[in-house]
Amino acid sequence: METLWFCLVAIMIAGYVVLDGFDLGAGLVHLFVARDERERKQILGTVGPVWDGNEVWLLAGGGTLYFAFPALYAASFSGFYLALMIVLWLLILRAVSVEVRNHVDSPLWRPFWDVVFGASSSLLCLLFGVALGNVVRGVPLDASGYFFIPLWTNFLPGANAGIIDSYTVLVGLVALSALALHGSLWVALRTAGDLSARSHRAAGRLWWAVLLLTIAVTLVSFDIQPHLYGQFARWPWGCVFPALAILGLGGMLVFIRARDDLKAFLSSCAYLLGMLTSVVFGVYPLVLPANPHPELSLDIHNAAAPLYGLRIGLMWWIPGMILAGCYSVFIYRHFSSRVKPE
Amino acid sequence: MDSALAIHRLHFAFTVTYHYLFPQLTMGLALLLVILKTLAIRTGKPVYDEAVRFWAKILGINFAMGVATGIPMEFQFGTNWAAFSRAAGGVIGQTLAMEGVFSFFLESTFLGLVLFGEKRLGPKMHWFATLMTCIGAWLSGFFIIATDGWMQHPVGYTLGPKGEIVLSSWLGLIFNPWTWWQYAHNMTGSVVTAAFVMAGVGAFYLLLRDHEPHARVFVRIGVVAGLIATIIMLFPTGDRQGYLIAVHQPVTLAAMEGHFQTMQGAPLAILGQPDMDRLALDNPLIVPRILSFLTWNHWTAEVKGLRDFPRNAWPDNIPLLYYAYHIMVGLGTILIAVMVIAAFLLWRGTLFTARPMLWALMLVVPFPYIANTAGWITAEAGRQPWLIYGLMRTAAGVSPRVSAGNGLFTLLGFMGLYMILGILFLWLVWREIDHGPGGLEATKGGH
Repeated sequence: METLWFCLVAIMIAGYVVLDGFDLGAGLVHLFVARDERERKQILGTVGPVWDGNEVWLLAGGGTLYFAFPALYAASFSGFYLALMIVLWLLILRAVSVEVRNHVDSPLWRPFWDVVFGASSSLLCLLFGVALGNVVRGVPLDASGYFFIPLWTNFLPGANAGIIDSYTVLVGLVALSALALHGSLWVALRTAGDLSARSHRAAGRLWWAVLLLTIAVTLVSFDIQPHLYGQFARWPWGCVFPALAILGLGGMLVFIRARDDLKAFLSSCAYLLGMLTSVVFGVYPLVLPANPHPELSLDIHNAAAPLYGLRIGLMWWIPGMILAGCYSVFIYRHFSSRVKPE
Repeated sequence: MDSALAIHRLHFAFTVTYHYLFPQLTMGLALLLVILKTLAIRTGKPVYDEAVRFWAKILGINFAMGVATGIPMEFQFGTNWAAFSRAAGGVIGQTLAMEGVFSFFLESTFLGLVLFGEKRLGPKMHWFATLMTCIGAWLSGFFIIATDGWMQHPVGYTLGPKGEIVLSSWLGLIFNPWTWWQYAHNMTGSVVTAAFVMAGVGAFYLLLRDHEPHARVFVRIGVVAGLIATIIMLFPTGDRQGYLIAVHQPVTLAAMEGHFQTMQGAPLAILGQPDMDRLALDNPLIVPRILSFLTWNHWTAEVKGLRDFPRNAWPDNIPLLYYAYHIMVGLGTILIAVMVIAAFLLWRGTLFTARPMLWALMLVVPFPYIANTAGWITAEAGRQPWLIYGLMRTAAGVSPRVSAGNGLFTLLGFMGLYMILGILFLWLVWREIDHGPGGLEATKGGH
């Protein structure tokens, strides 16, 4: 039952990364690929109707995590206190910038909010990567099941590491580049005209950055978290997850070259899912590895809610998410045409 | 009081008080929007459709603010109240996760359709989207109140061998009697806010002699909804809520009422300042025997006073609790009076030209916000010193490793950010009101 909920939480997070990932990525690249107001509006037109629905995945994922693994929620949210609060502020600023930019037609107003939108989107991508890096590296959990780490210490991933160290920044950069690529493929897919072509070219260049960073982070991760080796050695079938990532990465190159925007975007989804599930699989059954005292790690058993609650949760969670999936499909079909310049 | 504890309490109090300025309008307005849209379809008059578009835009801005300030609430359970989350997450995680799964997806999808989809959807589907948005918002309210209701009156749990709180009855959690009365009281309060805002904006236009056809619709619907809601606020929902407090939190009742001395035929204090050194009310203005009657329906019933409860069971900020409760009741009484008079004039057909009454309707718009906020302070300060009533003290629920310094840093950050948000919000709403509901301007849409 705990493993099932572990998978369901992972699915929620994966849904969030793939969905909100493209609008974060679009926010990140829109400053660079859009040349004028008309094109900015095109990009925002692809994001406007769906971004808040995408963000709901974060909320619902957070709620699911809270309900299924309360000890994990308590430990990680209080331990990453400062980083999470900054994430909250960035989410708020980003929401504000999308909502208010079109209300005033002024040469000062719109560029200001565009920069806020771009900057908050970029920092969010970076921080989500950093957060993932922290989970892989492990955190200094104490015997009572809590920890607190400052934003940074000496930037080294040793015993006294901060949230931001050289390793987690590397993971952050992977997230940044991968979501930038994801976002530009989305823009290429959902817009028409010059903007689409330019975004497509940007994706072609970003691909190389993603490739290099992916190779680097893979090598370093095995060094930082030895648990990963054992995991793939014990259950070799788990290699399907990294394989999915590699397939997605290769697929992107092929389909970007072939100018098949839809397939390139879907390959990017596959890449993101592959990377994320590889990490999740590599860490399982831990949910938050402890470092330097691995025996204090939180795993799916000591972090989970009691069995009755988990069982009854399935009764409402599954129908609820099927409904939610229906809404999502409906709204994407409803707003599925390419956004043309006005 | 340990300073980290004080900071974390202030952190939650500030962010939740600010947050609830928005949902209280959203939930009530969503219902009024369904009524407007229904009238639009039934009558076929364009004035109703224009009214729907106008209020949908305000709902959209308000909703966005509610979401932006609501996300930090969910996070803070983990960041600032980790020990509470660890102990009770298995119970209230249920209701909070249900909110995410059942209402957030619903609201965000259908509000988008209400705002951007009118042309593509056609009137019937657009009405349906309005209805679904309303259901989503009201469900969201339910799950939050179910969470708070459980903290006020924990049911459906057992204690495990290590003292951990284990959910044992999901139905017990959902059908907690406290939850249902608090929900009814709270949602009526939300309709009160929306009704006063709608009537107030209508009165504003009528006083300016601007957008008059729409303004008459706003005032009529606002006054009718407001009359019904303010009365339900008092009876039965307020009455029942008070009864539950008297039965399950008698010390809270004594503190709310400023009732220090146990007596039969206890008086009701209308005004007065609680003096915590003398343990009495200063300058009391009292009505004999009313408290006994209101609490137990009996003129000479005994009501236990604060002095007869152990000190460590007292709410830790009795003056705040006392004032919050009296402000809520006082403003509630004024709101009922305003709506009764306005409804009378509406029935006589003179309301739209009765300028003093229109002035009154316009000027009382802040009152329901204050009353709703004061009501929540009554509920939450009244729950102290417990985080989960009778089960967990507030001091025991705080994150053990987050220091006062880090807490203050983020509290100040939120204050700054929320100030900017507040300015932007007021200004955006003002622009919509300034544009007005009439004519072509209103049909263009936001994005």
